[in-house]
Amino acid sequence: MSATQWPLYEVFIRSKGGLDHKHVGSVHATDANMAIEHARDVYTRRMEGVSIWVVPSASIVASDPQEAGSLFEPARDKVYRHPTFYEIPEEVKNL
Amino acid sequence: MYTQSLDNHGQAPVDTAAEDAQRCAQFQGRVDLDERIEPKDWMPDAYRQTLIRQISQHAHSEIVGMLPEGNWITRAPSLRRKAVLIAKVQDEGGHGAYLYSAAETLGVSRDELLEQLLSGAAKYSSIFNYPTPTWADVGAIGWLVDGAAIVNQIPLCRCSYGPYARAMVRVCKEESFHQRQGFEIMLALARGTAAQKQMAQDSLNRWWWPSLMMFGPNDADSKHSAQSMRWKIKRFSNDELRQRFIDATVPQAQFLGLSVPDPKLRWDEQTGHFEAGPIDWNEFFDVIKGNGPCNRERLEARRDAHAKGAWVREAATAYALKHRADGLTRAA
Amino acid sequence: MTGAPPVSASVSDAVRLDYVLRLGDTSLILAQRLGEWVGHAPALEEDLGLGNLALDFLGQARLLLSLAGRIEGRDRSEDDLAFLRDGGEFRNFTLVEQPNGDFGQTIVRQFFIDAYQVALFGALSASRDADLAAIAAKALKEAQYHHRFSSHWLLRLGDGTEESHRRTQAAVDWLMRFTPELFEADDIDRQTCAAGISPDLAALSAAWHQDVARILKEATLSMPKAERGAPVGKRGDHSEYLGYVLAEMQFMQRAYPGASW
Repeated sequence: MSATQWPLYEVFIRSKGGLDHKHVGSVHATDANMAIEHARDVYTRRMEGVSIWVVPSASIVASDPQEAGSLFEPARDKVYRHPTFYEIPEEVKNL
Repeated sequence: MYTQSLDNHGQAPVDTAAEDAQRCAQFQGRVDLDERIEPKDWMPDAYRQTLIRQISQHAHSEIVGMLPEGNWITRAPSLRRKAVLIAKVQDEGGHGAYLYSAAETLGVSRDELLEQLLSGAAKYSSIFNYPTPTWADVGAIGWLVDGAAIVNQIPLCRCSYGPYARAMVRVCKEESFHQRQGFEIMLALARGTAAQKQMAQDSLNRWWWPSLMMFGPNDADSKHSAQSMRWKIKRFSNDELRQRFIDATVPQAQFLGLSVPDPKLRWDEQTGHFEAGPIDWNEFFDVIKGNGPCNRERLEARRDAHAKGAWVREAATAYALKHRADGLTRAA
Repeated sequence: MTGAPPVSASVSDAVRLDYVLRLGDTSLILAQRLGEWVGHAPALEEDLGLGNLALDFLGQARLLLSLAGRIEGRDRSEDDLAFLRDGGEFRNFTLVEQPNGDFGQTIVRQFFIDAYQVALFGALSASRDADLAAIAAKALKEAQYHHRFSSHWLLRLGDGTEESHRRTQAAVDWLMRFTPELFEADDIDRQTCAAGISPDLAALSAAWHQDVARILKEATLSMPKAERGAPVGKRGDHSEYLGYVLAEMQFMQRAYPGASW
């Protein structure tokens, strides 16, 4: 942490009970309390949230877009994972 | 919005042919398919630099834009207006924060960007170098400047760069209250005493042309627009957007009973548009060069706040280093 | 109200009005001071934070001044009361009209008021005055957040660098002299307390001193004695600063009498 540059935190907001926290942006802060306060002041001025997560940006591990093909495309041909893959006679109910 | 000087004053984008041609073609293919580009995706360096410049100019404009209206927070003529104005100026700061946050995803730090602003190296929208001598200027800024901003910004919600587009969605949602509160101020003045009406007219006289200039130079003189259009950073030309603003705003001025300070302004039956007189571009470039009425004051105010805040920022850092291990509320 | 003496009498409208103005004017003048910061804070996020504080205090002021107008019964609106009274008619604590100074001074002033308001609104939410109780219940949540915000900053500044410690201790030393008025009960306080409208100031004082002493200690700051009397704003006796605050705040309404905005 340099004397002037405050570290970056990623901000996640739960907009209401029952929903997931969703990434909304980032704030600069020197400590966790400040990060929560800044996230509150920057991202919830219009009742956008009921809960806030802040995560030091440096702590986020992301997949590499270059590997997107090898990571995600193998799932593409596994259509049998989806319910629409199976043909069931119409008269059979509750399936 | 607020990026009007980009086209003529940014560095020329580097020749993309010099970069990996195949990657560039793939990249352009994704953009053509309206896919969104995300921070870790490969992108041409010129695309990255163009975005950093545009987003940071936009962010700088938001925070410098806090000043002319912020002037009136302590003098707002009613408590309701005061509350609205604080919320509005605060929103501008919020927009600056969203935009710096988007710019930082491109690998540049907010401190670097601020440094560019404070040193005078970075540009911001010239509109904020005009003064706000009367209360009506708060109305005119909301109505005209934020009105122009909305016209400019709505297409940016579909910009090819994901973080910028998402920031703009947020900004646009908030900005619509800004324009409405501005128009409401103008309406109260227009329906008020003779002195109030005069105040409103005087303010329209001063803000009309600078507002039209916010869209940037005419298309014929805007040499980098084409590349930005190909990259879908920009989706409409300066003149198209300006026309949209004029068409929307002139009837509003008529409703207020105020006259637009353009003797050549006329309704064109054939095109179905208002035709405006020529813009004084010398004035525009002069203000961008730093010779506007308040360039110096605006930058001084930012430098002053930054300098006076240095010990506070240092203290927070020092405190955090001492208390690194203190307990936190864990998520989950 | 917990801890309040048994209700002995109802109070006159004049007394109730005076008490409500003390609360409303304190929130109003502090909002005015905080508004000066917007656009000039040490970091962008703090511009937003201080703006939120200003908005909360302004919101309190509007509710309280509107209530004052109704109690007074002379058809004066929140704006009439804010913009058309002279300094001697203002009932705010002298503390809140003190200049912002540096960020440290603003934070200390803020923390002193926040600690006071958390205790005050907590008690006032149970006031026998239903209007005040409703306003206090809403304002209490705001005050609790403000307290969080200002106490965290006080810790960072007090226990930050040598310079921040020095500046913040100086602010504490200076501003402490304006705090006795918060707790010195006068006739208005005694009457409203006896009527179950306002809390007992001795209890409030104890809670405040305990809270302030705890945070100052954690911030490595020392608690000075309140020296030398300061003017008692709640009785209309103000420092020189209030006149300037009003000159700026009231300018438009004074320059254009009777206009609506």
